Amino acid sequence: MTEVVATNETILVVGGGISGMTAALEAAEAGKKVVLVEKRPYLGGRVTQLYKYFPKLCFPTCGLEINQRRAKMNPNLTILTMAEVTNLAGEAGAYTATVKLSPRYVNDNCTACGACADAVEAEFDDEYNYGMKKRKGAYLPHVMAHPAQYVLDPAIIGSDDAEKAKAACKYDAIDLDMQEEEVNFSCGAVIWATGWQPYDAAKIQPYGYDRFANVISSVEFERMSDPKGPTGGKLLRPSDGKEAKNIAFIQCAGSRDRNHLLHCSRICCMASLKQTTYVTDAWDDDADVSIYYIDIRAIDRFEDFYQNVKSNKNVKFIKSKVASVTENKENGNPVLNGVDTEGYNRYANEHDLVVLAVGMQPSVDQDSFPVDIVVNREGFIEQSDSNGGVFAAGSASDALDVNRAVQHATGAALRAIQVVNRVAGAEG
Amino acid sequence: MADQKIGAYICKGCGLEERLDMQQIEMTATRDGKAAVAHQHDMLCSKEGVEMIRNSIESDEITHTVIVACSRRAKVEAFNFSDVAVARANLREGVIWLRPDSDENRETTQEMADDYVRMACAEAKAMHKPSPSGEQDLNKHILVVGGGVSGMTVALEAAAAGYPVSIVEKSGALGGHVAELYKRTPQHAAPAGVANGRNVDLPGAEDTGIEEMIKRVEENADINVHLNSTVAKTSGAPGRFSVDIATESGSTTTENFGAIVQASGFKPYDANQLPEFGYDRSADVVTNLELEALAKAANGGPIKRPSDGKEVTSVAFVQCAGQRSDKEGHLPYCSGFCCTTSIKQALYFKEQNPDCDTTVLYSDLRTPGAAGEDFYRRGQQSEVIFTKGDVSEVVTNGELTVKFKDIILGEDTEMVADLVVLATGQVPNSGPDPYAVAPSDDDEEEGGDSAPEENTVTVSVESILNLDYRQGSDLPQLKYGFTDSHFICFPYETRRTGIYAAGPVRRPMDIKQAVDDATGAAMKAIQEVHNAAAGRAAHPRSGDLSFPSFRKEGCTQCKRCTVECPFGAIDEDEEGYPQYNESRCRRCGTCMGACPVRVISFENYSVETVNQQIKNCDIPDEFDEKPRILALACENDAYPALDQAAMSGEELTPWARVIPVRCLGSVNLSWVTDAMNSGYDGVVLMGCQKGDDYQCHFVRGSAMAAERMSKVGDTLSTLNLEPERVVIHEVAITDIKRAPQLINDMAKVVEEIGMSPFKF
Repeated sequence: MTEVVATNETILVVGGGISGMTAALEAAEAGKKVVLVEKRPYLGGRVTQLYKYFPKLCFPTCGLEINQRRAKMNPNLTILTMAEVTNLAGEAGAYTATVKLSPRYVNDNCTACGACADAVEAEFDDEYNYGMKKRKGAYLPHVMAHPAQYVLDPAIIGSDDAEKAKAACKYDAIDLDMQEEEVNFSCGAVIWATGWQPYDAAKIQPYGYDRFANVISSVEFERMSDPKGPTGGKLLRPSDGKEAKNIAFIQCAGSRDRNHLLHCSRICCMASLKQTTYVTDAWDDDADVSIYYIDIRAIDRFEDFYQNVKSNKNVKFIKSKVASVTENKENGNPVLNGVDTEGYNRYANEHDLVVLAVGMQPSVDQDSFPVDIVVNREGFIEQSDSNGGVFAAGSASDALDVNRAVQHATGAALRAIQVVNRVAGAEG
Repeated sequence: MADQKIGAYICKGCGLEERLDMQQIEMTATRDGKAAVAHQHDMLCSKEGVEMIRNSIESDEITHTVIVACSRRAKVEAFNFSDVAVARANLREGVIWLRPDSDENRETTQEMADDYVRMACAEAKAMHKPSPSGEQDLNKHILVVGGGVSGMTVALEAAAAGYPVSIVEKSGALGGHVAELYKRTPQHAAPAGVANGRNVDLPGAEDTGIEEMIKRVEENADINVHLNSTVAKTSGAPGRFSVDIATESGSTTTENFGAIVQASGFKPYDANQLPEFGYDRSADVVTNLELEALAKAANGGPIKRPSDGKEVTSVAFVQCAGQRSDKEGHLPYCSGFCCTTSIKQALYFKEQNPDCDTTVLYSDLRTPGAAGEDFYRRGQQSEVIFTKGDVSEVVTNGELTVKFKDIILGEDTEMVADLVVLATGQVPNSGPDPYAVAPSDDDEEEGGDSAPEENTVTVSVESILNLDYRQGSDLPQLKYGFTDSHFICFPYETRRTGIYAAGPVRRPMDIKQAVDDATGAAMKAIQEVHNAAAGRAAHPRSGDLSFPSFRKEGCTQCKRCTVECPFGAIDEDEEGYPQYNESRCRRCGTCMGACPVRVISFENYSVETVNQQIKNCDIPDEFDEKPRILALACENDAYPALDQAAMSGEELTPWARVIPVRCLGSVNLSWVTDAMNSGYDGVVLMGCQKGDDYQCHFVRGSAMAAERMSKVGDTLSTLNLEPERVVIHEVAITDIKRAPQLINDMAKVVEEIGMSPFKF
């Protein structure tokens, strides 16, 4: 059985992405006891699935390495993966959290040697690569995953593969009898850092994400650009594996839209500008990028990045909300239809590949939220005294880029510390 | 160190036993490594394995442990023995996973493993368990420089967590620029329940709440406010800052602080630099901040234009006035707050008189997030006109004529307005940048690429902090005068430990962002207070207790360490010797790399710990045709890239011997020359990207290394060695294929140019 040692001076952080990790580490490094609960089998969340960060074009795994080292070294931090908070009872300074732990079927003995993965056969869609690739039923989610422990897909439990995995492990690390568990523990304050999910592109009917293979989402394009990704970093379009050189980005795909997300997701302009550099880096002068936009929101120093991309003659900016995407049946090319508002010219432009810059939807499920909490109509958690000892961090609070999410999470750590310090003061 | 006793603990798991002769490994540890005790275990990281180590440390009185197992990045929690010095020999990722499993490779694989065991034992021998200096006590008092919204937020949030604060504010009142505003833009999006439709109730401009905030600060017993005051001098280090606070009247008090937040805010852009918009010619052309004064004066009544007091019935907002522009005197960046500010101000007019014409002339309307976009909608609902237009000129002949190109219609057009509001930006209120390149008279620095960098943003040259530091009086700047962090994932990384910038001095921002930023900065200040008291390093080597010291008798006072430290941690004493400040130090070792006489060391990381590793690698003689290639790899990026290469089935030459270093900046040139002298055939240095988009988390470490290594050619030529034998590469953590390849390339080079003649 998993045991969690915690008191009313403990801070619970829900979500182990960049915001949750930051909040947990900042508080732990200030001497607070922290329990970090993450739904996935590993920490890092969505940033682990990014190839590069804007505007530096540096690699998210570089910062992840530092954060993971901080996590490994810090005795104040307890990490629970494959875990979800199902209940939170009490009030600021005195909560009892209930956490459901899903079975990993692999225990701490795991040395990440990989023998189990070699032994099993069945393959499944790889979540880490948004299903663009297969993985085994015994797998390490990604090469830098922390904890560095393999996971067995629940679907192989009871099958031959499960037995093969168990037989292959020399360290008694595979426990096929592992059951779902529930743990309860005390905490004084809660940081809610459940992050975001990409808006479901299939809901944007006119863009044909569900109908045309060569219309993909921005998060998928990120995986495609990563040398560790499903295409080994090659920009190959899904329908026929052809090199995608003429690529269109459709901005505000599902954002700033009364039919979808009302808000501006803030990151998508910079994300597409960043992804444009992937295309121009890959194909040099053969690259042909078109960005269909309403406003380019490259705020503060990001403006430099925008101007840089804009100065590339192989990149076109078209001020237009794309009306629809159709497909040229002969070559599989998506065709973008709409009106260029600068001059009101109609267009029907063919591209090799279309990337939908999908928006950020908060991963805050109001229906199952364990306590009363104030959210705005977009579902982001508002800062409010009536939230008690629960504080949002990062993109659970608004559409934020990584830098702002980390800033926000650092502040959230302080808000939580204020509560537990009051508890400490009261308890003497 | 008479009582030094080494225990070597050898893992047989993860295929090590199958691939290597473990008896041989053990013998290497005891015979060559001089381990007093050596134990093997089937699975060293298991509970039983760790217990075995613990028992042995205790019963055998072990002072130095050598873990012969996997990468130092793996099983960190299991092998965390804080009471002894620990070295790790990486035989799993470092050897067997990078080498093919075949009979013909068995010998070289074993040699590789044996070498790493020798190296780890030698490293351990040269190490000491780090212990903090106790240089600082716990001082929870935090200094905040600046009494605007950012500074007051830091004060209130820190005080609420139990940390007393002093605010030093230059002017006679708290509140900063926000006190000049009539209202602020809404901080929230529409609440849940508001319909998704047209003409619904969306949040409007709000009271700034500044008076209430000032009151809370003034009434807080834990916050001490110094008005009309400046920081005359800051000396010391985190945990023991000594600050002279000078009042306007000339009196000075000295207070001690644990950490500092600089929230010195921004200066409004000087619109006199925009003659094309008639600011200097007409009183009815005003900046956004000046419009707030008009709105305040009107206090809900009709806003009057300054020239003749006529009620304004038409107003044009010129967005990006003097911003996002490469013209001389303009700001190249976007200030981020001006779009929502113009919407707010247009609503001042619309809500008082719906018939007032309000036109916002913009190129990109930037209202991010949920609150931003809802506020844009609120403007649209109130019939504010948004025109995508490029304003070229404001003509001021009696009436104001705004000339612009309508981007949508593609034609030049104009409009007449009673009042023109210039949406001008924020200029950071920073002190002088310690690393600003002075306009040079010598033509040395001509090398052209950096031309766009030289953007002429005028910044105050008056010092804010007056740091009594060897490396300048203020926080280093990043770009355009902002004191921002360069790192996306670490916005509070600071180049002056324990001093955090917050608010618009860091980057242009609105009130909500400033509050968020200030809260984060308060958190970091609080954390640093505790780090300093415990002698722990701050990011990125969080928790590290080691710190540098120097051997005074060997020091030649060359000042390289005091100049090269990326964090300004080292001062000079009266005699000219370096003066370390433990709590300013980030433990990168750049000083150690810089020292030509090798007198600087950390307890567990020194010229000696690495040198001993280099020397204890077995160098076969020339005729064995087994070259040795030394790779010094940054522990945060290149080394993990090699680990990942191992996990991904990449191959590394068996001639390689890799040593992780804290930063390439810590690499002492002597390591390279000693390696060449002891018969290595090649040296590969792998550090992070330098330059404008540097990825070195110690900021200048990799740049310093490159600088130093540019001179290595001379050394090689004095040894009569080919310059190709030493290379330096920028390696990212994602270079999973490339990192081993670079070392393999050196093996090829050695094959071509031949073995080193320095083998004995």
